[in-house]
Amino acid sequence: MSAAAEAHEHHGPPPVHYSSRVSPSVLGMFLFIASEIMLFGAFFTVYFFDRVVNHGVGGHWPPDGFHRPAFVAGVNTLILVTSSFTMHWADTSIKKGNRAGLCAGMTLTFLLGLTFLLTQIIEYHRIGFNTSDTSFAATFFGLTGLHGVHVFVGLTILLVMTIRAFRGHFSPEHHHGIEIGGIYWHFVDVMWIVVYVTVYLL
Amino acid sequence: MRNPFRSEADAFRFVWLTIGYFALIVIGAVISSWLGLAVFLVLTAAGIWLLVRRGEPETPVAQTPAESPAGEYRILVVANETVGGPELLSEIRTRSVGRKAVVLVVCPALNSPLRRWVSDEDEARAAAQARLDQSLASMHESGLDVGGEIGDGDPIQAIEDALRTFRPDELIISTHPVGRSQWLERGVVEKARERFALRVTHVVVDLDA
Repeated sequence: MSAAAEAHEHHGPPPVHYSSRVSPSVLGMFLFIASEIMLFGAFFTVYFFDRVVNHGVGGHWPPDGFHRPAFVAGVNTLILVTSSFTMHWADTSIKKGNRAGLCAGMTLTFLLGLTFLLTQIIEYHRIGFNTSDTSFAATFFGLTGLHGVHVFVGLTILLVMTIRAFRGHFSPEHHHGIEIGGIYWHFVDVMWIVVYVTVYLL
Repeated sequence: MRNPFRSEADAFRFVWLTIGYFALIVIGAVISSWLGLAVFLVLTAAGIWLLVRRGEPETPVAQTPAESPAGEYRILVVANETVGGPELLSEIRTRSVGRKAVVLVVCPALNSPLRRWVSDEDEARAAAQARLDQSLASMHESGLDVGGEIGDGDPIQAIEDALRTFRPDELIISTHPVGRSQWLERGVVEKARERFALRVTHVVVDLDA
């Protein structure tokens, strides 16, 4: 074999062809984040428009007769932030070859996420107003519900990752599924912090 | 700008930053609405500044391919449409007289900016591969020890990529004559001479001659 050919010998399938400047994964993630920002941005725009317009009428926000359960949502925020820690623990564990840590981290993350979603559903039942009760109620349920849908999608991804972890999938060299799922879960966490501060606190 | 969600660890760090960002805004807003607004503006401006600053070109990571064996002369050839030109073949043959020359031909896959940006490079790569195959066949017939690969659409980037795995003693850039060569218009040869610590030779191939 010639020296030049030997230097470029390659086993297995041919390498992926893409520009070294814009890789498909980076472009895909940028487009995904851009689409999510536009989606949440539309809901936040409606919320702030409603807030600015109605704040001038009664002088109160939220309008009289509405109470935002900031404490329960605050506890829920702590639960979701904790799930980011356990997710990171799971990712760090598999990178070090610690399968027990991966399984424990994924299970805890899933359970914490499920607790968050169930708490939110219970909160909806007990909150005392519905989507048709003023524009505040509509935007409140719109924003928190949109985030809830993202949590549900994240839980589905986490469930698949957890089952795969228990079935012996992933290794220190190959754990792309954990990385991608983890990125999505942290993104869901970040969006909730924005929603919580905007809708419940400010 | 660097993607803040490039890995799970990056995203986890972003969660922390978000918590700190909003915690300071809330604390400011609790004290005074105007203070909350000021904190928001200052932190947002600082965040944008940091993002822009991190977007500056990073220092390239030095990767040193294996040294070429003694007595071997390694040539990196970068050419696109002129890859099979007689002038180029003649230059390579001249360098292989009396010594063992190892040649790597890189054929940049030229593409439109839009197709390049969306990574739609299949057609460009196929066209470059066809030219490369034809050229390699004729070089093999001449008895040259030659290998080839398709490179990035930007010839400078293609050279840089090739230098990661192949340490040449000389770089040959083949172009059309002045007036017909886009690479010359863009100053590719001058840029290569400025950027790479290599002997750079420019070969003009006139396919219409």
